[in-house]
Amino acid sequence: MKINTLEDLIYIREVGLKKLKPRDKVRVSVGMATCGISVGGDVVFEELKEKLKNRDDVLLTKTGCIGFCHVEPLVNVFIPGKGILIYHHVQTKDVKKIIDNFSEAEKLDNVLCQIDKWYHITSDEIVYGGGFTNIPRWSELGFFKPQRKLVMRNSGIINPEDIDEYIAVGGYSALFKALKKMTPEEIINEVKKSGLRGRGGAGFPTGVKWELAKNEQSDVKYVICNADEGDPGAYMNRNEMESDPHSVIEGMIIGGYAIGAHKGIIYIRAEYPLALYRLQKAINEAKNYGLLGKNILGSGFDFDITISKGAGAFVCGEETALIASIEGDIGRPRPRPPFPAQKGLWGKPTNINNVETWTNIPLIVKKGGDWFRGFGNEKSPGTKVFSLVGKVENVGLVEVELGTPIKTVVYDIGGGAPSGKKVKAVQTGGPSGGCIPTKFFDLPIDYENLTSVGSIMGSGGLVVMDENTCMVDTAKFFLDFTVDESCGKCVPCREGLKHMLFILENITKGNGKEEDIKTLEQLSETIKTTSLCGLGQTAPNPVITTIKYFKDEYLEHINNKRCPALVCATLIEFEIDQRKCTGCAVCAKRCPVKAIDGIIGIGETFRIDPNKCIKCGTCLDVCKLGAVIKTSKGVVNEKQGHTSSY
Amino acid sequence: MNKEHVENIIRRYENPEGKILGILEDIQETYKYLPKESLEFVSKKLGMPLSKLYSIATFYSFFNLKPVGEHIITVCMGTACHVRGAKDILNNLIELLKIGVNETTEDGKFFLTTEDKHFSLNTARCFGCCSMAPVIRVDDKIFGYVTIKDLPKILKAYGWKSK
Repeated sequence: MKINTLEDLIYIREVGLKKLKPRDKVRVSVGMATCGISVGGDVVFEELKEKLKNRDDVLLTKTGCIGFCHVEPLVNVFIPGKGILIYHHVQTKDVKKIIDNFSEAEKLDNVLCQIDKWYHITSDEIVYGGGFTNIPRWSELGFFKPQRKLVMRNSGIINPEDIDEYIAVGGYSALFKALKKMTPEEIINEVKKSGLRGRGGAGFPTGVKWELAKNEQSDVKYVICNADEGDPGAYMNRNEMESDPHSVIEGMIIGGYAIGAHKGIIYIRAEYPLALYRLQKAINEAKNYGLLGKNILGSGFDFDITISKGAGAFVCGEETALIASIEGDIGRPRPRPPFPAQKGLWGKPTNINNVETWTNIPLIVKKGGDWFRGFGNEKSPGTKVFSLVGKVENVGLVEVELGTPIKTVVYDIGGGAPSGKKVKAVQTGGPSGGCIPTKFFDLPIDYENLTSVGSIMGSGGLVVMDENTCMVDTAKFFLDFTVDESCGKCVPCREGLKHMLFILENITKGNGKEEDIKTLEQLSETIKTTSLCGLGQTAPNPVITTIKYFKDEYLEHINNKRCPALVCATLIEFEIDQRKCTGCAVCAKRCPVKAIDGIIGIGETFRIDPNKCIKCGTCLDVCKLGAVIKTSKGVVNEKQGHTSSY
Repeated sequence: MNKEHVENIIRRYENPEGKILGILEDIQETYKYLPKESLEFVSKKLGMPLSKLYSIATFYSFFNLKPVGEHIITVCMGTACHVRGAKDILNNLIELLKIGVNETTEDGKFFLTTEDKHFSLNTARCFGCCSMAPVIRVDDKIFGYVTIKDLPKILKAYGWKSK
């Protein structure tokens, strides 16, 4: 059917609500974004499907990710009259228990929390039930309490593969309002008033960007969704597309209407097959309902969206490189001006926004710019989703109001570093960002504040580093990345970064000199000021910030040939503590280069041959007795764990 | 290379946006790499210089110009995986599969294939599964929270035998 009138929309909403909270059925939904699937959500789903095949009292569906990746796989069980219970760490063996005990669902041990009502924002608050006794509400958990879900308003609740459920929670009602009741100018004014800034990282005011594209005279214009989420350590866009794809599409249609474009393109990285699948499915569903295509909602406005796949090039996140890539060329940036708003795709005015920017649009249109300004702070209104990862207990996607202090995110939501380690820094902004030491953790997160300490907001990666993270190694890691991803156009970026990497490699091997630090600083300055695009202009940031805040670590490597965090392979040694060793020989069996030898059963005889050892850490990982130790010139860390210490 | 198949792939792309990358990706999906004849064929069909297709295939890390092993193992080297030990995972895989260190293909990409062509090993910049770091992917399946200890078990499921 085609939706044309408000009555049509309300009709579909009722259909959707019956699926979302069936009157006489239990609804079981499994968190199946990529994160949930790869820890076993798919197996749990299959098991449920098998066990429920003869039960007509239960509706089984998929949902996206609510953000609490640390406790996945998650299963939501909606019980009519009571609400939704969320079970955590669900394994196939738990399935039977869950589906046999709906009447006492809250008594099972792996209940995380309950949802009695939920504010999807684009509709009134939906009451899922009267609640379960003695079960914490979702918003009472430490992980969720400081969060504010605007972008993730539907994630982990609705089925992302069913447009009816999106419409049930008020989806496409903003589009209805935009096309039927607002002029393009009014929409742009509302977006300008909201103060929304680009969520891809640079923070350019979205409304102003739209106005530039709108004011260009042209028969053809384009809007593009930048879904080339390339920052390592950042995955919020993936989840936004996988868990709520229609919010992206709705935002794009509204954007197209506002600037006068009839064609939208989603440029998505090839590494995200599930996001691609769900977006394509959502596009098809929207077409069937007449929300894409000709004469949308009977308004006379035409708009279509196609998907264009990337192929693994970080630099294609840059607007002009992205356009070149869609046009079928290699993704090399070109100088601006002309800006894409003037001459973009195929030389036509083009407006490019990040996935998360697009998902904010329906909210602003529906609730108004002033409402949006009620979140965040003066210069950075709204919320931002961060991927809180690395050495932190509660990894996941967290959405907080801009202006929330870093410490709230790392400690209150994240729970600090695992196994009682001390947090040392957070890295924001990916390879273009910097490492922020704990002394700045009171800083409210917004665009200006992060820049003031040498980092950037970026797309939202927030990687926590603890005492076992080496900051020189971290700088080297990012340089290795940018050397690889530099498109090669500008000499300072292509050659300068390579040389910086060479120096950093020397330092981590114990061959550094004190003057290297100065050379690194000088090279950084040159590369920053002479590169054409954002990649080169920001690539030295990880080096600059680590030198600025963690110079002592550089000096330890240079002067004492020591890696205090026990990371840099050349500077560390593995040894066996013969007092603890029982001679079980597990390490010797598993050592890939046969560097460990000894007489089985006699601990004192076991030794690691330093000439053969490749410092892979297998022995440390497999020894159950903590008899393998890692050292670096006097720094000893017993059972620090190599890869599995968390 | 099956000409008809590649022709069908080309026909799939009506829109000019994303056409070239899309065609090359679909060819790679079929053959796991881009056979030289397929590039020559596409070049003729689209009237596009072969040199341009070659430049695209070498610029984007997604494409392989050489045949690859039956199972492709990709180690994520994103930031979260890095701080949680991805490098050790990679080094261990290199040792377990007995393939050379720091070898790159002619186009400068890191891509190793075992002698029996059973496994290929490469790295990726980020799968976007950072919450489960370190992460590896074997063919289409993603494994989260991988430890060195787990590796032999994972490999065995794909026909690896300890030597």
